[in-house]
Amino acid sequence: MTTLDLSASPAPPHALLRRIVLKAEPYLYCFPALFLIAAIMLVPLIVGLSYAFRDLVLLDPASGDYIGLTHFGEIWADANFWNALQNTAIWTIVCVALQFGLGLTLALLLNQPFRGRGLIQALVFLPWAVPSFLSGLNWAWMFNPVIGPLPYVFQALGLMQTPDNILSSPDHAIWGPIIAMVWWGIPFFAITLLAALQSIPKDIYEAAAIDGAGAVERFRSITLPFLAPTMAITVLLRTVWIANSADLIVVMTHGGPADSTQILASYIFTQAFQRLDFGYASALAAVMLVLLLAYAMALVAVRQTLLARH
Amino acid sequence: MASIDIAAVRKSYGATPVLRGIDLTIANGEFVVLVGPSGCGKSTLLRLIAGLELIDKGEIRIGGRRVNDLPPKDRDLAMVFQSYALYPHMSVRDNMSYALRLRKTPKEKIAAALKGASAKLGLDALIERKPRALSGGQRQRVAMGRAIVRDPQAFLFDEPLSNLDARLREQMRFEIKKLHRDLGATSVYVTHDQIEAMTMADRIVAMNEGVIQQVGSPSDLYDNPANLFVAGFIGSPAMNFLQARTVAGPGGMSVTVGQAEIAKVPPATPTGPVVLGLRPERITLTAPGQGAQAAVDLVEPTGLGMIVHLDLDGQQLKTFTTERLPLKAGERVGLMVPPGSFCLFAPGTGERLAG
Amino acid sequence: MRNPGYWIFHYGLLALFVVFALFPLFWLFKVSITPNDLLYSEGVRIWPSRMSFDHYGAVLRHSDFPLFFRNSVIVSTLTAFFSTIFAAAGGYAFSRFTFGGKLWIVGLLLVTQMFPLVMIVAPIFRLLAPLGLTNSLTGLVIVYTAFNVPFAVFLMQSFFDGIPKELEEAAMMDGASRFQALLQIIFPLTLPGIAATLGFVFTAAWSELLFALMLNSSTAASTFPVGLLAFVSKFSVDFGQMMAAGVLALIPVCVFFFFIQRYLVQGLTAGAVKG
Ligand SMILES: Nc1ncnc2c1ncn2[C@@H]1O[C@H](COP(=O)(O)OP(=O)(O)O)[C@@H](O)[C@H]1O
Ligand SMILES: [Mg+2]
Repeated sequence: MTTLDLSASPAPPHALLRRIVLKAEPYLYCFPALFLIAAIMLVPLIVGLSYAFRDLVLLDPASGDYIGLTHFGEIWADANFWNALQNTAIWTIVCVALQFGLGLTLALLLNQPFRGRGLIQALVFLPWAVPSFLSGLNWAWMFNPVIGPLPYVFQALGLMQTPDNILSSPDHAIWGPIIAMVWWGIPFFAITLLAALQSIPKDIYEAAAIDGAGAVERFRSITLPFLAPTMAITVLLRTVWIANSADLIVVMTHGGPADSTQILASYIFTQAFQRLDFGYASALAAVMLVLLLAYAMALVAVRQTLLARH
Repeated sequence: MASIDIAAVRKSYGATPVLRGIDLTIANGEFVVLVGPSGCGKSTLLRLIAGLELIDKGEIRIGGRRVNDLPPKDRDLAMVFQSYALYPHMSVRDNMSYALRLRKTPKEKIAAALKGASAKLGLDALIERKPRALSGGQRQRVAMGRAIVRDPQAFLFDEPLSNLDARLREQMRFEIKKLHRDLGATSVYVTHDQIEAMTMADRIVAMNEGVIQQVGSPSDLYDNPANLFVAGFIGSPAMNFLQARTVAGPGGMSVTVGQAEIAKVPPATPTGPVVLGLRPERITLTAPGQGAQAAVDLVEPTGLGMIVHLDLDGQQLKTFTTERLPLKAGERVGLMVPPGSFCLFAPGTGERLAG
Repeated sequence: MRNPGYWIFHYGLLALFVVFALFPLFWLFKVSITPNDLLYSEGVRIWPSRMSFDHYGAVLRHSDFPLFFRNSVIVSTLTAFFSTIFAAAGGYAFSRFTFGGKLWIVGLLLVTQMFPLVMIVAPIFRLLAPLGLTNSLTGLVIVYTAFNVPFAVFLMQSFFDGIPKELEEAAMMDGASRFQALLQIIFPLTLPGIAATLGFVFTAAWSELLFALMLNSSTAASTFPVGLLAFVSKFSVDFGQMMAAGVLALIPVCVFFFFIQRYLVQGLTAGAVKG
């Protein structure tokens, strides 16, 4: 190393180095996260996608050949797939809508100052900390008329004639996992929406109140537009997570009775771990990935146009 | 303390050029104000000097040393931000001593520097407080204090008074100026407020759309604006611009608005359409019949005097006078412009015409 | 400001939320302290006529649960630690820099959230097995960290977005390098965000079942969710013990979450930190 006379040299050699370091800086910060994600998620994802084109059944030494698009043809003709797809739509939409509606209500309630707010907030957010399969077991227990109180509650509310197990009714079983999922997921919406609500500058409300806007009008013209970006991103993430989460269904109903609660995620789980048909499971997962990506892009596009309008 | 030389500096964000070739020399100990409408690139220029952004082309030297590729910490400049950017988790004391602690200054020296700075700014009583327990004006002072404890090569200010109310702003203007007088430090001060520029600057740099329009002392820019932009930006109430012509008459060359002759111009002036710039306070109102004839549109008293809006041959015109004239709307008045107290501009380019 | 009628409605609605949130947890606890002989006969009673902590004793003394519990603590703590560090670095880059490929990276992070993880169980197993990372807590930490980093990056980014850029610029003008500014100025202000992210990831890692099951076949490297499943998969399901184990496992996460949830709200609130 030679010492550099800074004032004399017109373009000191370290200049280039500093520019390179500055350019590289964000990549250095991202590197650990990206490396890990690439190695543990993206590479396995690509390998997993390649299984979709292979006849791959675990413990079957004869399998493993490349079979092109055969699996996708089978999926097209698979009545179980279409049934699961329909159930996935119902499951996802109902769960997201209920979690969102109740989460927003809770956030609005918690956004006002009142005595005991801190404690109540901590209590109502607790379900988020409960492992979902444990909550599945617990809810399944509570839905059971022999050992759980819920059938009697439903009967008292007039929702049921006799205290039956909702999980064994082909028409209504899906509501079991939905209730468990909603219970677990309300806090997520409430937390993000509460934070968004608290970010709204207070003086805007005061100005609107002075302008004579009523509570409903203020909610419509101030709160909703302010929340919209947060809502879009939370709804996007939650939709994807809920669509992908099989554990409550696997734990509570195994997709039954008579496949009435089988969603794509649990169907994939069944194919992989009960039939050990990893090829077919991967093909199903690939279809799911494409559907969810299409959904996400649509939502992002809607968000862009909404933002552009403001 | 050091001079700052800026040569042919260019900066773009993506494809948008923000600074289009800036040349400027700031002398040691000088107080220079960059002024211009918001978005014209003042802050960008300041941040390039600071090293918070890298320049695309050109060169910046501080005290003769080329700093193009030095990170901010090696440039030894202090900066006061519009938002103050006080460290919320540190007390006033820690905010002010942070720079010195980073430099591993001995404890006694830090204490002495703190003492001096807090006395100068009247912060003694607040030294243990956190920023959130301070008023806007106090925060501003802490931000100043953080800059002056260090004795840097130069001070950079980015609209430091914009978040204060009018009274405090006026007071801080005065205090900053006094600090500069006492410390004699090179200062670059960015503002969009031409009054701040006029009152504080040794030299004003007027900028528009990434180009320096004019550099000069406040009176220079006021009396001899280089173009329509500077003429319109400096001065309040703003200069009047009238569609006028220069014509050759029996008594020599003169400038006229409609039929009315406003003033004589030097014989060398070419004839044709011009933009006539008149400072409101340089216009003398007279009885009707004398000078150019105009009608009173509206009178606005300001306390100090009054702003009289006039209609001169269909064109709007403001005058300012400290006399209390009993004028009413619709009344006819005469107006006179003393020689040498107007400017002519080329209508197309907006450049100042000689004369 | 509001009338009493409103407050009745307000507290009434909140009471419903609290009951809905806590009743299942209460039931879990109730089953865990119901003696086996009353489990079915008094199944639907709100409180058993006799309570006992035998299930807890059995779980703590006669099962591998303490080991599972220890494993879970190790795995969740390390996962939370590494995820948060990596996510903080990535979130900082997203928040403070514009750089080529940023949009692509965001897109990739989103894609990682879009497929059922079942799809990559086999590939991950094939990746980790030769490295000796199956049947190992280290393997679980690596996998969980990868799973949690994408969301944690978004979370940390939004925390950083809430801290004015001028603060670190001021520090750099004061003579700090960017890294010093990050450490001495930004980091202390991000502490609530870091606490929130730690809690978030810890909870997720604490609950993970699929990979804990698939990447392990040994008791030595099992976490408590796998252990819980062990109570179920036998023919004679010991519900009392299972629920007791569940309650024990819930205590640390619930305590943790109870304290960090307000930082989650606070950290996500834009404009909370002013310079
Ligand atoms: N980081 C940035 N990225 C893109 N454009 C920027 C950035 N900073 C400033 N600009 C643009 O550069 C122009 C000049 O900005 P600035 O120097 O802040 O103006 P001002 O004179 O008001 O201080 C503006 O049009 C602004 O939008
Ligand atoms: Mg600016």
